Amino acid sequence: MTPFARLLCALVFTASRNAKLRVLRRYFEATPDPDRGWALAALCGKLDLRSVKPAVIRALVEERVDPVLFRLSYDFVGDLAETVALIWPDTGAKGAPLLLSEAVDALRAAGRQEAPALLARMLDRLPADERFALIKLATGGMRVGVSERLAKTALAQMSADVSLEDIEALWHGLEPPYVPLFAWLEGRAGAPSVDLALAFRPMMLAHPIEAALYSAGEQRENTQGEALTLARMAERLSPADFIAEWKWDGIRVQAIATPSGQRLYSRTGEEIGGAFPDLLAAMRWRGAVDGELLVMRDGEPAPFADLQKRLGRKAVSARMLREFPAHIRAYDLLHDGERDLRDLPLAERQARLQDWLARETPVRLDLSPPVPFESWEGLGQIRAGARAAAQEGLMLKRRDAPYVGGRPMGPWFKWKRDPLSADCVLMYAQRGHGKRSSFYSDYTFGAWTLGEDGPRLTPVGKAYSGYTDDELKELDRWIRAHTTDRFGPVRAVEPALVFEVAFDAVQRSSRHKSGIAMRFPRIKRIRWDKPAHEADRLDTLEAMIAQ
Amino acid sequence: MSVDANGYLTLNDAGLYCPAGDFHIDPLRPVARAVVTHGHGDHCRPGMGKLLCTPQTAAIARVRYGETAFGQIETLALGEVLRLGEVSIWLAPAGHVLGSAQVVIEGKHGRAVVSGDYKRRFDPTCAPFEPVACDLFVTEATFGLPVFTHPPIEGEIGRLLASLATFPERAHAVSVYPLGKCQRLIAELRRAGWEAPIYLHGSLRKLTDLYEQLGVAMGPKLDATAARKEEMAGQIVLAPASALRDTWARRLPDPVICAASGWMRVRQRARQGGVELPMVISDHADWGELCATILETGAQTTWVTHGAEDGLVHWARTQGLTAEALAIAGRENGAEGEAE
Repeated sequence: MTPFARLLCALVFTASRNAKLRVLRRYFEATPDPDRGWALAALCGKLDLRSVKPAVIRALVEERVDPVLFRLSYDFVGDLAETVALIWPDTGAKGAPLLLSEAVDALRAAGRQEAPALLARMLDRLPADERFALIKLATGGMRVGVSERLAKTALAQMSADVSLEDIEALWHGLEPPYVPLFAWLEGRAGAPSVDLALAFRPMMLAHPIEAALYSAGEQRENTQGEALTLARMAERLSPADFIAEWKWDGIRVQAIATPSGQRLYSRTGEEIGGAFPDLLAAMRWRGAVDGELLVMRDGEPAPFADLQKRLGRKAVSARMLREFPAHIRAYDLLHDGERDLRDLPLAERQARLQDWLARETPVRLDLSPPVPFESWEGLGQIRAGARAAAQEGLMLKRRDAPYVGGRPMGPWFKWKRDPLSADCVLMYAQRGHGKRSSFYSDYTFGAWTLGEDGPRLTPVGKAYSGYTDDELKELDRWIRAHTTDRFGPVRAVEPALVFEVAFDAVQRSSRHKSGIAMRFPRIKRIRWDKPAHEADRLDTLEAMIAQ
Repeated sequence: MSVDANGYLTLNDAGLYCPAGDFHIDPLRPVARAVVTHGHGDHCRPGMGKLLCTPQTAAIARVRYGETAFGQIETLALGEVLRLGEVSIWLAPAGHVLGSAQVVIEGKHGRAVVSGDYKRRFDPTCAPFEPVACDLFVTEATFGLPVFTHPPIEGEIGRLLASLATFPERAHAVSVYPLGKCQRLIAELRRAGWEAPIYLHGSLRKLTDLYEQLGVAMGPKLDATAARKEEMAGQIVLAPASALRDTWARRLPDPVICAASGWMRVRQRARQGGVELPMVISDHADWGELCATILETGAQTTWVTHGAEDGLVHWARTQGLTAEALAIAGRENGAEGEAE
């Protein structure tokens, strides 16, 4: 348990991605099987112990600690697992150190009846940090800021020969504690043999068209004009080589159905089928489809906000299923039930996809039809009309390109519609993390509303990107000079600086005081010149809500 | 509140007062005669008519506030007895920082001890705490909840040294309180074999020099503000928390922000402060030590002055002791207010 507890502790306090990768890699290299595999499973949410509920832990601790002192402590600490880990009386019991794998084996074997007493005996043997790790392990949910993808990235760094894509290709055929995986990474064995029929295929991703047309120095959206983009497209890309299709505003998924089951994967290969029983039940066909997950009503995609209500749920109520029906709009066919199609050119795969749809007549799944066009100008006009529908823009895909996992440069481009924008007033600034920890780099901005005592600002969003390093320094200076109040790492500032904020959409939100939420807001321009009272009003933003 | 133990101690608007000897202990505002337990700013304030304390605390008060901040400074060596009105007082070591002392008040009704802040662990920079048997014990309760158990300091220093080995290209910037924590950390680093110069923020210099003048070895020190950025890679830099949160920290090469405080025991607290390497190092007694100390003094009555009073008062009452919380203004436990 000691190395695992240290790992959790280090991850909790490490902010930067690279440092987290270093910490993970060191742990995987230094820890023997099967402990490191169980740790990997715990970090990726693949370890389902579920024998111990938080209420059980609370009951255990109240048998051992004065309830008044426990309550005062819990109020102070705020997190049950941590309070219990810290307050659990040291029994002085010493024994052989408890291995992570021993704890996992015992908890897996224990039923609901024996689990509490078993957990208590183990807690008695451990120091506080390890008690914390054990409680987190038993109750699930590590919350240490490590995604499955980050863990896999660290694994790929262990080997010169195995890439992240190689691991992802096999990942869904692997089981904890992943002993053959580590043997492969360490060059002691070949790739593990797994049944890949239901496994995630690494997804093919696109670059923004601007990446192909503009140099890095030019790549800020405020420097690029539509006309320049079109001119460069005409110069460098031939419309005849490409198929265009809508980029729907949902989440990219891979849906796989074989005689042995159905799977639904997110873009990064995480299984999300649990939240979409309606889709899984409808997957009576055979094959592997790449498409967009949408909430669809009467054949029309609903706004992204509706889909968000369905994401990440463990239990889905009948009402959710009725009001937010899920649907897949298919872009591509990777497997038709008989053979892998990924090495075929796109034009051929599209033909196969249409045949397949005609043959299988799937429900809750339809075609994202190609958008016919003659010239880039003509396509540009079609793109300009994208706003109303749940369309993020267009995809341009080379007709002759096979389906390749990762983000190869050249075959696929996304040509997003122009972002929306609004002029908002800086209200609060917060210090960043890591390299930015001494800079005020996270900005909360507001729009004007008319209050009883005149115009006032209501926060409408938060952004921490879109500015250059030099602008960050200037902003930092401005914020320090215009602070009106401080709350820990946050400063309130005079309502005097206007940001032109770009964002992809505005949606209704009951969680925010303003009643709206911006999607992916970023700073487009700092309007040093613009007086704050000329910034936008909240009703201007409300009018932008996608219907 | 009418707390009164045989007339030795009462609470008035300036804090704890001994009517029988006509003096305050660690008063909150200027008074005629102040007996001060130690040099931290929430215990030792300027403007007193007469300041009575250990010679080390007097030296600290002079450095912090200047010679003219007090009408008169009178020193009392540990164990030396002084008659004040109807009582005798003497000072016993508290183990908190250099010069820190408990105030023992003795008269015909018995003995009261005001601990000030104290700790029970070994500290190479100051004399160890000595428990004094008494009838009334006035204790602090900074860490007066059972979640606070301070681990051995060697392990915490070890984690800092291990991180220096893992990230040799990064400065390790430890936020410390300028009096006590800074010097104890330096002394512990020396004990653990760290011989390289330690870089100090300017505000830590005067008190660290004073510790050396008072006979506590600190080893080589350099001025972090004057140092070149690259020379601090892989080195230890000590600074107050406020400097590490501010533009001052930009002079450090990709710093690992560390903090040495008892609060670091609680992860959430450490994370909120943006700390990457929390070290649980405290100059206060932890929960177990607070409880043990109350029992060790044999006092029938315990007053709890500041910190998490509720927990400790509750515990003392479950032990059959009389216990009261004294709400002394200006000593509440603020978010970053612990003077360690």
